[in-house]
Amino acid sequence: MAKKKVIFSFPPALVEEPITYVLIKEYDLQVNILRATVRPRDRGRMVVELKGKKENLDKAFEYLEDAGIQVDTLVQEMRHIPEQCVSCTACVPMCPTKALSVDKTSRELVFDHTKCIICEACIPSCSYGALESQF
Amino acid sequence: MLRTIEQINAKIKAGKVVVATAEEVVSLVKEKGVKKAAREVDVVTTGTFGPMCSSGAYFNIKQSTPKIKLGGGRVTLNNVPAYAGWAAADILIGANALPDDDPRNAVYPGLFKYGGAHVIEDLLAGKKVRLEAKAYGTDCYPRKEYTAEIGLEDFNNAVLFNPRNCYQLYNVAVNLSERTIYTYMGVLKSRLGNANYSTTGALSPLLKDPELRTIGIGTRVFMGGGQGYVALSGTQHVAQPERDPNGLPMAPSATLALIGDLKAMNTKYVRAASVTGYTSTLSLGVGIPIPIVDEKAMQQAALSDEDITYPIVEYSESYPLGRSGNLGRVSMAQLMSGRIEVDGKKVPTGCMASRAKGRALALELKQLIAEAQFFLTQATAALPGATLAWEE
Repeated sequence: MAKKKVIFSFPPALVEEPITYVLIKEYDLQVNILRATVRPRDRGRMVVELKGKKENLDKAFEYLEDAGIQVDTLVQEMRHIPEQCVSCTACVPMCPTKALSVDKTSRELVFDHTKCIICEACIPSCSYGALESQF
Repeated sequence: MLRTIEQINAKIKAGKVVVATAEEVVSLVKEKGVKKAAREVDVVTTGTFGPMCSSGAYFNIKQSTPKIKLGGGRVTLNNVPAYAGWAAADILIGANALPDDDPRNAVYPGLFKYGGAHVIEDLLAGKKVRLEAKAYGTDCYPRKEYTAEIGLEDFNNAVLFNPRNCYQLYNVAVNLSERTIYTYMGVLKSRLGNANYSTTGALSPLLKDPELRTIGIGTRVFMGGGQGYVALSGTQHVAQPERDPNGLPMAPSATLALIGDLKAMNTKYVRAASVTGYTSTLSLGVGIPIPIVDEKAMQQAALSDEDITYPIVEYSESYPLGRSGNLGRVSMAQLMSGRIEVDGKKVPTGCMASRAKGRALALELKQLIAEAQFFLTQATAALPGATLAWEE
Protein backbone atom coordinates (compact mmCIF):
# COMPACT_ATOMS: atom_id res chain seq x y z
CA MET A 1 0.00 0.00 0.00
CA ALA A 2 1.24 3.46 -0.87
CA LYS A 3 0.11 6.68 0.73
CA LYS A 4 0.38 10.24 -0.53
CA LYS A 5 -0.87 13.60 0.70
CA VAL A 6 -1.41 16.13 -2.08
CA ILE A 7 -3.35 19.18 -3.16
CA PHE A 8 -5.63 19.12 -6.21
CA SER A 9 -6.18 22.44 -7.94
CA PHE A 10 -8.82 22.42 -10.62
CA PRO A 11 -9.98 25.19 -12.93
CA PRO A 12 -13.62 26.45 -12.78
CA ALA A 13 -14.60 24.27 -15.75
CA LEU A 14 -13.69 21.10 -13.86
CA VAL A 15 -15.44 21.90 -10.61
CA GLU A 16 -18.37 19.67 -11.64
CA GLU A 17 -16.08 16.70 -12.42
CA PRO A 18 -16.70 13.78 -9.98
CA ILE A 19 -13.02 13.32 -9.27
CA THR A 20 -13.22 11.51 -5.93
CA TYR A 21 -15.79 9.11 -7.36
CA VAL A 22 -13.45 8.21 -10.24
CA LEU A 23 -10.47 7.79 -7.91
CA ILE A 24 -12.39 5.38 -5.72
CA LYS A 25 -14.31 3.50 -8.42
CA GLU A 26 -11.70 3.27 -11.18
CA TYR A 27 -8.47 3.19 -9.23
CA ASP A 28 -9.56 1.51 -6.01
CA LEU A 29 -8.08 4.28 -3.83
CA GLN A 30 -8.99 5.36 -0.33
CA VAL A 31 -9.61 9.08 -0.57
CA ASN A 32 -9.47 11.03 2.65
CA ILE A 33 -10.49 14.65 2.06
CA LEU A 34 -8.74 16.80 4.65
CA ARG A 35 -9.81 20.15 3.33
CA ALA A 36 -11.63 21.57 0.31
CA THR A 37 -12.65 24.94 -1.06
CA VAL A 38 -14.75 25.26 -4.18
CA ARG A 39 -16.03 28.70 -5.03
CA PRO A 40 -18.22 29.57 -8.00
CA ARG A 41 -16.20 30.83 -11.00
CA ASP A 42 -12.98 30.24 -9.07
CA ARG A 43 -10.49 27.38 -9.00
CA GLY A 44 -11.27 24.57 -6.61
CA ARG A 45 -8.68 23.27 -4.15
CA MET A 46 -8.67 20.08 -2.17
CA VAL A 47 -6.19 18.61 0.31
CA VAL A 48 -6.43 14.83 0.12
CA GLU A 49 -4.68 11.79 1.42
CA LEU A 50 -4.67 8.96 -1.09
CA LYS A 51 -4.04 5.35 -0.16
CA GLY A 52 -3.85 2.34 -2.48
CA LYS A 53 -1.63 0.13 -4.60
CA LYS A 54 1.34 1.99 -6.00
CA GLU A 55 0.47 1.24 -9.64
CA ASN A 56 -3.09 2.44 -9.06
CA LEU A 57 -1.79 5.65 -7.51
CA ASP A 58 0.49 6.23 -10.52
CA LYS A 59 -2.39 5.61 -12.93
CA ALA A 60 -4.63 7.91 -10.92
CA PHE A 61 -2.08 10.72 -11.15
CA GLU A 62 -1.98 10.20 -14.95
CA TYR A 63 -5.78 10.44 -15.07
CA LEU A 64 -5.72 13.63 -13.00
CA GLU A 65 -3.10 15.20 -15.22
CA ASP A 66 -5.03 14.28 -18.38
CA ALA A 67 -8.17 15.75 -16.87
CA GLY A 68 -6.34 19.06 -16.35
CA ILE A 69 -6.04 18.89 -12.59
CA GLN A 70 -2.87 20.19 -11.03
CA VAL A 71 -1.42 17.95 -8.32
CA ASP A 72 1.00 19.49 -5.81
CA THR A 73 2.72 18.31 -2.71
CA LEU A 74 1.97 20.22 0.48
CA VAL A 75 5.43 21.66 1.03
CA GLN A 76 4.83 25.27 0.04
CA GLU A 77 1.25 25.65 1.22
CA MET A 78 1.86 26.24 4.90
CA ARG A 79 4.95 28.13 5.90
CA HIS A 80 6.71 28.39 9.20
CA ILE A 81 9.03 31.41 9.18
CA PRO A 82 11.88 30.72 11.63
CA GLU A 83 13.13 34.34 11.60
CA GLN A 84 9.77 35.50 12.96
CA CYS A 85 9.24 32.60 15.36
CA VAL A 86 10.20 33.02 19.03
CA SER A 87 9.53 29.36 19.92
CA CYS A 88 6.85 30.24 22.46
CA THR A 89 4.96 27.09 21.39
CA ALA A 90 1.45 28.61 21.71
CA CYS A 91 0.66 26.98 18.35
CA VAL A 92 1.53 23.44 19.43
CA PRO A 93 -1.77 22.45 21.12
CA MET A 94 -3.71 23.97 18.20
CA CYS A 95 -2.25 21.48 15.73
CA PRO A 96 -4.42 18.36 15.35
CA THR A 97 -1.75 16.32 13.53
CA LYS A 98 1.37 17.13 15.59
CA ALA A 99 2.95 18.86 12.59
CA LEU A 100 3.94 21.53 15.12
CA SER A 101 5.89 20.27 18.09
CA VAL A 102 8.62 21.25 20.56
CA ASP A 103 12.10 19.81 20.45
CA LYS A 104 12.48 18.34 23.94
CA THR A 105 16.13 19.33 24.24
CA SER A 106 16.42 22.73 22.55
CA ARG A 107 12.80 23.76 23.33
CA GLU A 108 12.68 25.20 19.80
CA LEU A 109 9.57 24.89 17.68
CA VAL A 110 9.68 22.18 15.01
CA PHE A 111 7.43 22.22 11.94
CA ASP A 112 7.03 18.96 10.03
CA HIS A 113 5.24 19.92 6.82
CA THR A 114 4.59 16.30 5.87
CA LYS A 115 2.14 16.05 8.77
CA CYS A 116 0.42 19.39 8.07
CA ILE A 117 -3.12 19.28 6.68
CA ILE A 118 -3.36 23.07 6.25
CA CYS A 119 -6.30 23.35 8.65
CA GLU A 120 -4.88 26.77 9.63
CA ALA A 121 -5.89 26.30 13.29
CA CYS A 122 -2.40 27.42 14.30
CA ILE A 123 -2.55 30.83 12.61
CA PRO A 124 -4.62 32.76 15.21
CA SER A 125 -2.43 31.35 17.98
CA CYS A 126 0.75 32.89 16.53
CA SER A 127 1.37 36.41 17.78
CA TYR A 128 4.49 36.95 15.67
CA GLY A 129 3.32 36.28 12.09
CA ALA A 130 5.52 33.18 11.94
CA LEU A 131 2.85 30.92 10.42
CA GLU A 132 1.47 31.66 6.99
CA SER A 133 -0.95 29.84 4.73
CA GLN A 134 -0.99 30.10 0.97
CA PHE A 135 -3.91 27.72 0.55
CA MET B 1 27.64 35.20 53.84
CA LEU B 2 29.74 33.41 51.27
CA ARG B 3 30.58 36.50 49.23
CA THR B 4 29.58 40.12 48.79
CA ILE B 5 28.56 41.86 45.56
CA GLU B 6 31.82 43.81 45.81
CA GLN B 7 33.83 40.59 45.90
CA ILE B 8 31.89 39.20 42.95
CA ASN B 9 32.55 42.34 40.92
CA ALA B 10 36.25 42.13 41.77
CA LYS B 11 36.26 38.56 40.44
CA ILE B 12 34.43 39.69 37.28
CA LYS B 13 37.07 42.38 36.77
CA ALA B 14 39.85 39.85 37.27
CA GLY B 15 38.21 37.44 34.83
CA LYS B 16 37.90 34.83 37.59
CA VAL B 17 34.17 34.83 38.16
CA VAL B 18 32.28 31.53 37.92
CA VAL B 19 28.87 31.91 36.31
CA ALA B 20 26.23 29.26 35.62
CA THR B 21 22.72 29.51 34.22
CA ALA B 22 19.70 28.69 36.38
CA GLU B 23 19.22 25.52 34.33
CA GLU B 24 22.83 24.46 34.78
CA VAL B 25 22.75 24.80 38.57
CA VAL B 26 19.75 22.48 38.81
CA SER B 27 21.89 19.53 37.73
CA LEU B 28 25.00 20.88 39.47
CA VAL B 29 23.23 20.90 42.84
CA LYS B 30 21.76 17.45 42.21
CA GLU B 31 25.26 16.18 41.49
CA LYS B 32 27.35 18.00 44.12
CA GLY B 33 24.87 19.26 46.68
CA VAL B 34 23.98 22.82 47.68
CA LYS B 35 27.02 23.40 49.89
CA LYS B 36 29.63 22.61 47.25
CA ALA B 37 27.71 24.27 44.39
CA ALA B 38 27.31 27.45 46.45
CA ARG B 39 31.06 27.57 47.03
CA GLU B 40 31.84 26.98 43.36
CA VAL B 41 29.43 29.35 41.61
CA ASP B 42 29.45 33.11 42.15
CA VAL B 43 26.53 34.12 39.95
CA VAL B 44 23.49 32.35 38.51
CA THR B 45 21.87 33.84 35.41
CA THR B 46 18.16 33.65 34.59
CA GLY B 47 16.07 34.58 31.57
CA THR B 48 12.50 35.12 30.51
CA PHE B 49 10.85 36.20 27.28
CA GLY B 50 7.14 36.71 26.81
CA PRO B 51 4.40 39.26 26.15
CA MET B 52 4.52 42.11 28.68
CA CYS B 53 1.50 44.32 28.07
CA SER B 54 2.61 46.76 30.71
CA SER B 55 5.34 48.12 28.44
CA GLY B 56 5.92 51.44 26.83
CA ALA B 57 8.65 53.71 25.55
CA TYR B 58 9.11 57.40 26.07
CA PHE B 59 11.02 59.70 23.80
CA ASN B 60 12.41 63.20 23.78
CA ILE B 61 12.29 64.75 20.31
CA LYS B 62 14.81 67.14 18.84
CA GLN B 63 13.20 70.50 18.23
CA SER B 64 13.19 72.09 14.81
CA THR B 65 12.56 75.77 14.16
CA PRO B 66 10.15 77.13 15.03
CA LYS B 67 9.78 75.04 18.16
CA ILE B 68 6.64 73.10 19.10
CA LYS B 69 5.12 72.26 22.49
CA LEU B 70 3.82 68.69 22.23
CA GLY B 71 2.49 68.60 25.80
CA GLY B 72 -1.25 69.13 25.70
CA GLY B 73 -1.34 68.53 21.96
CA ARG B 74 -1.96 65.41 19.91
CA VAL B 75 0.81 63.15 18.64
CA THR B 76 0.80 59.96 16.58
CA LEU B 77 3.66 57.68 15.53
CA ASN B 78 2.79 55.72 12.37
CA ASN B 79 -0.80 56.66 13.10
CA VAL B 80 -0.65 55.12 16.61
CA PRO B 81 -1.58 57.69 19.27
CA ALA B 82 1.21 58.61 21.67
CA TYR B 83 0.66 60.20 25.05
CA ALA B 84 1.42 63.91 24.97
CA GLY B 85 0.60 65.01 28.48
CA TRP B 86 4.16 65.71 29.52
CA ALA B 87 6.52 68.52 28.60
CA ALA B 88 7.18 70.24 25.29
CA ALA B 89 9.28 67.48 23.77
CA ASP B 90 8.42 64.30 25.70
CA ILE B 91 6.01 61.69 24.40
CA LEU B 92 5.20 58.15 25.43
CA ILE B 93 3.86 55.26 23.42
CA GLY B 94 2.24 52.27 25.11
CA ALA B 95 2.53 48.75 23.72
CA ASN B 96 -1.26 48.35 23.58
CA ALA B 97 -2.00 51.67 21.80
CA LEU B 98 -3.85 51.31 18.50
CA PRO B 99 -4.58 53.63 15.58
CA ASP B 100 -7.97 55.36 15.90
CA ASP B 101 -9.16 53.59 12.75
CA ASP B 102 -8.04 50.10 13.82
CA PRO B 103 -11.13 47.84 13.90
CA ARG B 104 -9.97 46.29 17.20
CA ASN B 105 -12.24 43.28 17.74
CA ALA B 106 -15.24 44.71 15.85
CA VAL B 107 -14.38 42.04 13.31
CA TYR B 108 -14.25 39.10 15.72
CA PRO B 109 -11.89 37.91 17.13
CA GLY B 110 -9.66 40.83 16.06
CA LEU B 111 -6.13 40.80 14.70
CA PHE B 112 -4.40 43.83 16.29
CA LYS B 113 -1.88 43.90 13.47
CA TYR B 114 -0.13 47.19 14.27
CA GLY B 115 0.03 49.00 17.59
CA GLY B 116 2.43 50.80 19.90
CA ALA B 117 4.56 47.67 20.32
CA HIS B 118 5.06 47.53 16.56
CA VAL B 119 6.19 51.17 16.52
CA ILE B 120 8.82 50.30 19.15
CA GLU B 121 9.95 47.24 17.20
CA ASP B 122 10.11 49.20 13.92
CA LEU B 123 12.29 51.85 15.55
CA LEU B 124 14.61 49.19 16.98
CA ALA B 125 14.78 47.50 13.57
CA GLY B 126 16.22 50.75 12.19
CA LYS B 127 13.04 51.83 10.40
CA LYS B 128 11.79 55.40 10.25
CA VAL B 129 8.36 56.14 11.69
CA ARG B 130 6.07 59.05 10.83
CA LEU B 131 5.54 61.49 13.67
CA GLU B 132 2.52 63.76 13.28
CA ALA B 133 1.82 66.38 15.90
CA LYS B 134 -0.74 69.08 16.47
CA ALA B 135 -0.21 71.67 19.20
CA TYR B 136 -1.82 74.88 20.38
CA GLY B 137 1.22 77.08 19.90
CA THR B 138 2.59 79.44 22.53
CA ASP B 139 4.76 82.54 22.53
CA CYS B 140 7.85 80.42 23.23
CA TYR B 141 6.77 77.38 21.17
CA PRO B 142 4.85 78.92 18.26
CA ARG B 143 4.60 75.95 15.87
CA LYS B 144 1.16 74.33 15.68
CA GLU B 145 1.76 71.41 13.34
CA TYR B 146 4.74 69.18 12.78
CA THR B 147 5.30 66.09 10.64
CA ALA B 148 8.56 64.21 10.33
CA GLU B 149 9.96 60.80 9.39
CA ILE B 150 12.19 59.89 12.29
CA GLY B 151 14.35 56.98 13.35
CA LEU B 152 15.56 55.91 16.78
CA GLU B 153 18.79 57.89 16.36
CA ASP B 154 16.80 61.09 15.82
CA PHE B 155 15.46 61.16 19.37
CA ASN B 156 17.50 62.80 22.11
CA ASN B 157 16.43 59.98 24.43
CA ALA B 158 14.49 56.77 23.99
CA VAL B 159 13.65 54.80 27.14
CA LEU B 160 11.81 51.52 27.52
CA PHE B 161 9.75 51.35 30.68
CA ASN B 162 7.66 48.54 32.18
CA PRO B 163 5.37 49.49 35.05
CA ARG B 164 5.03 45.72 35.55
CA ASN B 165 7.23 42.89 34.36
CA CYS B 166 8.68 39.51 35.35
CA TYR B 167 5.51 38.29 37.08
CA GLN B 168 6.56 35.82 39.75
CA LEU B 169 4.55 32.70 38.94
CA TYR B 170 1.56 32.84 36.67
CA ASN B 171 -1.68 30.98 36.06
CA VAL B 172 -2.12 28.07 33.71
CA ALA B 173 -5.19 29.00 31.66
CA VAL B 174 -7.94 26.62 30.51
CA ASN B 175 -11.44 27.02 29.09
CA LEU B 176 -14.36 24.89 30.31
CA SER B 177 -16.97 26.56 28.11
CA GLU B 178 -18.49 25.41 24.83
CA ARG B 179 -16.73 27.93 22.60
CA THR B 180 -13.17 28.92 21.76
CA ILE B 181 -12.09 32.03 23.64
CA TYR B 182 -9.36 34.53 22.77
CA THR B 183 -7.46 35.71 25.83
CA TYR B 184 -4.18 37.28 26.89
CA MET B 185 -3.14 33.69 27.59
CA GLY B 186 -3.69 32.87 23.93
CA VAL B 187 -6.37 30.92 22.11
CA LEU B 188 -8.15 28.58 24.51
CA LYS B 189 -10.17 25.86 22.88
CA SER B 190 -13.53 24.80 24.34
CA ARG B 191 -13.99 21.95 26.83
CA LEU B 192 -10.41 21.84 28.06
CA GLY B 193 -9.05 21.77 24.51
CA ASN B 194 -5.70 23.10 25.66
CA ALA B 195 -3.91 24.55 28.68
CA ASN B 196 -1.68 27.60 28.18
CA TYR B 197 1.06 28.73 30.51
CA SER B 198 3.43 31.68 30.43
CA THR B 199 6.71 31.17 32.26
CA THR B 200 10.23 29.95 31.67
CA GLY B 201 10.06 27.79 34.82
CA ALA B 202 13.49 26.90 36.17
CA LEU B 203 14.93 29.87 34.23
CA SER B 204 12.38 32.44 35.40
CA PRO B 205 14.13 35.30 37.28
CA LEU B 206 11.80 35.77 40.24
CA LEU B 207 11.30 32.03 40.72
CA LYS B 208 15.03 31.59 41.27
CA ASP B 209 15.16 34.21 44.01
CA PRO B 210 11.60 33.65 45.24
CA GLU B 211 11.90 35.66 48.46
CA LEU B 212 13.66 38.55 46.65
CA ARG B 213 16.73 38.29 48.87
CA THR B 214 19.09 39.61 46.18
CA ILE B 215 16.82 41.33 43.63
CA GLY B 216 15.69 44.76 44.76
CA ILE B 217 15.41 48.39 43.75
CA GLY B 218 18.49 49.35 41.75
CA THR B 219 19.37 45.83 40.58
CA ARG B 220 20.97 45.96 37.14
CA VAL B 221 19.26 43.61 34.68
CA PHE B 222 19.87 42.37 31.14
CA MET B 223 16.91 43.99 29.39
CA GLY B 224 15.96 43.65 25.74
CA GLY B 225 19.58 42.91 24.89
CA GLY B 226 20.83 46.03 26.69
CA GLN B 227 21.21 46.95 30.34
CA GLY B 228 18.35 48.16 32.48
CA TYR B 229 17.45 48.52 36.12
CA VAL B 230 14.77 47.58 38.60
CA ALA B 231 13.17 50.98 39.19
CA LEU B 232 10.71 49.93 41.87
CA SER B 233 8.35 47.08 42.60
CA GLY B 234 6.00 46.58 39.67
CA THR B 235 2.31 47.40 39.77
CA GLN B 236 0.12 44.67 41.31
CA HIS B 237 3.15 43.48 43.35
CA VAL B 238 2.00 41.20 46.16
CA ALA B 239 4.25 41.73 49.17
CA GLN B 240 3.20 38.83 51.41
CA PRO B 241 2.12 35.88 49.28
CA GLU B 242 1.34 32.44 50.59
CA ARG B 243 4.45 30.30 50.05
CA ASP B 244 5.35 26.62 49.72
CA PRO B 245 8.20 25.08 51.81
CA ASN B 246 10.73 26.11 49.11
CA GLY B 247 9.72 29.75 49.46
CA LEU B 248 7.90 29.74 46.11
CA PRO B 249 4.66 31.73 46.03
CA MET B 250 1.43 29.78 45.48
CA ALA B 251 -0.18 32.40 43.19
CA PRO B 252 0.96 35.31 40.97
CA SER B 253 2.78 37.67 43.35
CA ALA B 254 5.94 39.77 42.99
CA THR B 255 6.46 42.02 39.96
CA LEU B 256 9.19 44.46 38.90
CA ALA B 257 9.12 47.90 37.33
CA LEU B 258 11.97 47.97 34.82
CA ILE B 259 13.64 50.79 32.97
CA GLY B 260 16.36 50.82 30.33
CA ASP B 261 17.86 52.70 27.39
CA LEU B 262 15.91 51.60 24.30
CA LYS B 263 18.77 52.61 22.00
CA ALA B 264 20.96 49.86 23.51
CA MET B 265 18.37 47.11 22.92
CA ASN B 266 17.75 44.92 19.88
CA THR B 267 14.95 43.09 18.09
CA LYS B 268 16.27 39.69 19.12
CA TYR B 269 14.89 40.37 22.59
CA VAL B 270 12.29 43.06 21.91
CA ARG B 271 9.47 41.89 19.67
CA ALA B 272 6.00 43.17 18.88
CA ALA B 273 3.23 40.63 19.25
CA SER B 274 -0.35 40.61 17.96
CA VAL B 275 -2.34 38.47 20.36
CA THR B 276 -5.48 37.45 18.44
CA GLY B 277 -8.67 38.76 20.02
CA TYR B 278 -6.79 40.62 22.71
CA THR B 279 -4.21 43.26 21.89
CA SER B 280 -1.01 44.45 20.35
CA THR B 281 1.72 43.91 22.91
CA LEU B 282 5.45 43.79 23.45
CA SER B 283 7.50 40.69 24.17
CA LEU B 284 10.60 41.52 26.09
CA GLY B 285 13.59 39.45 27.05
CA VAL B 286 14.84 39.97 30.61
CA GLY B 287 17.73 38.24 32.34
CA ILE B 288 18.54 38.85 35.99
CA PRO B 289 21.82 37.80 37.63
CA ILE B 290 21.50 36.23 41.06
CA PRO B 291 24.58 36.65 43.26
CA ILE B 292 25.13 33.49 45.32
CA VAL B 293 25.64 35.30 48.59
CA ASP B 294 24.89 32.24 50.72
CA GLU B 295 23.78 28.62 50.55
CA LYS B 296 20.11 29.54 50.66
CA ALA B 297 20.56 31.63 47.50
CA MET B 298 21.97 28.57 45.74
CA GLN B 299 19.34 26.22 47.11
CA GLN B 300 16.59 28.49 45.74
CA ALA B 301 18.36 29.24 42.44
CA ALA B 302 18.59 25.50 41.87
CA LEU B 303 14.84 24.84 42.24
CA SER B 304 13.89 22.55 39.36
CA ASP B 305 10.99 22.36 36.91
CA GLU B 306 9.61 19.60 39.14
CA ASP B 307 9.69 21.90 42.19
CA ILE B 308 7.85 24.81 40.58
CA THR B 309 4.07 24.50 40.49
CA TYR B 310 1.33 26.74 39.10
CA PRO B 311 -2.40 27.07 39.72
CA ILE B 312 -4.75 26.06 36.89
CA VAL B 313 -7.37 28.76 36.35
CA GLU B 314 -10.52 28.72 34.23
CA TYR B 315 -10.74 31.67 31.80
CA SER B 316 -14.24 31.60 30.28
CA GLU B 317 -16.02 32.43 33.52
CA SER B 318 -13.94 32.18 36.70
CA TYR B 319 -11.23 34.64 35.65
CA PRO B 320 -13.43 37.29 33.95
CA LEU B 321 -15.92 37.25 36.81
CA GLY B 322 -13.22 37.21 39.46
CA ARG B 323 -14.41 33.96 41.02
CA SER B 324 -12.00 32.21 43.30
CA GLY B 325 -11.08 28.57 43.15
CA ASN B 326 -8.77 26.85 40.78
CA LEU B 327 -8.58 23.47 39.12
CA GLY B 328 -5.54 22.21 40.99
CA ARG B 329 -1.82 22.70 40.55
CA VAL B 330 0.64 21.45 37.99
CA SER B 331 4.44 21.50 37.80
CA MET B 332 6.58 23.10 35.09
CA ALA B 333 7.94 19.64 34.26
CA GLN B 334 4.42 18.37 33.61
CA LEU B 335 3.61 21.45 31.49
CA MET B 336 6.77 20.97 29.45
CA SER B 337 5.93 17.30 28.81
CA GLY B 338 3.23 18.59 26.45
CA ARG B 339 0.25 17.22 28.36
CA ILE B 340 -1.29 17.72 31.77
CA GLU B 341 -4.29 16.16 33.43
CA VAL B 342 -7.24 18.36 34.39
CA ASP B 343 -10.48 16.86 35.72
CA GLY B 344 -9.28 13.44 34.61
CA LYS B 345 -8.80 14.63 31.03
CA LYS B 346 -5.47 14.72 29.20
CA VAL B 347 -5.00 18.29 27.99
CA PRO B 348 -2.30 19.41 25.53
CA THR B 349 -0.20 22.39 26.65
CA GLY B 350 1.06 25.50 24.89
CA CYS B 351 3.19 28.35 26.16
CA MET B 352 3.15 32.12 25.70
CA ALA B 353 6.69 32.61 27.01
CA SER B 354 9.71 31.15 25.22
CA ARG B 355 11.94 28.75 27.13
CA ALA B 356 14.34 28.71 24.16
CA LYS B 357 14.72 32.51 24.31
CA GLY B 358 14.92 32.44 28.10
CA ARG B 359 17.83 30.03 27.80
CA ALA B 360 19.51 32.19 25.16
CA LEU B 361 19.19 35.22 27.47
CA ALA B 362 20.65 33.37 30.46
CA LEU B 363 23.56 32.12 28.35
CA GLU B 364 24.22 35.54 26.85
CA LEU B 365 24.16 37.18 30.27
CA LYS B 366 26.50 34.48 31.57
CA GLN B 367 28.93 35.31 28.78
CA LEU B 368 28.65 39.07 29.34
CA ILE B 369 29.51 38.62 33.03
CA ALA B 370 32.37 36.24 32.25
CA GLU B 371 33.78 38.77 29.77
CA ALA B 372 33.46 41.62 32.29
CA GLN B 373 30.90 43.48 30.22
CA PHE B 374 28.20 43.22 32.85
CA PHE B 375 28.78 43.98 36.52
CA LEU B 376 26.38 43.31 39.36
CA THR B 377 24.80 46.02 41.48
CA GLN B 378 23.87 45.80 45.11
CA ALA B 379 20.17 46.62 45.39
CA THR B 380 19.74 49.85 47.31
CA ALA B 381 16.39 48.96 48.84
CA ALA B 382 14.35 45.79 49.24
CA LEU B 383 11.09 45.29 47.39
CA PRO B 384 7.94 45.50 49.52
CA GLY B 385 7.64 42.44 51.77
CA ALA B 386 11.24 41.32 51.17
CA THR B 387 14.45 41.52 53.17
CA LEU B 388 17.75 41.69 51.31
CA ALA B 389 20.18 38.89 52.20
CA TRP B 390 22.85 41.35 53.43
CA GLU B 391 20.33 43.03 55.74
CA GLU B 392 19.01 39.81 57.29
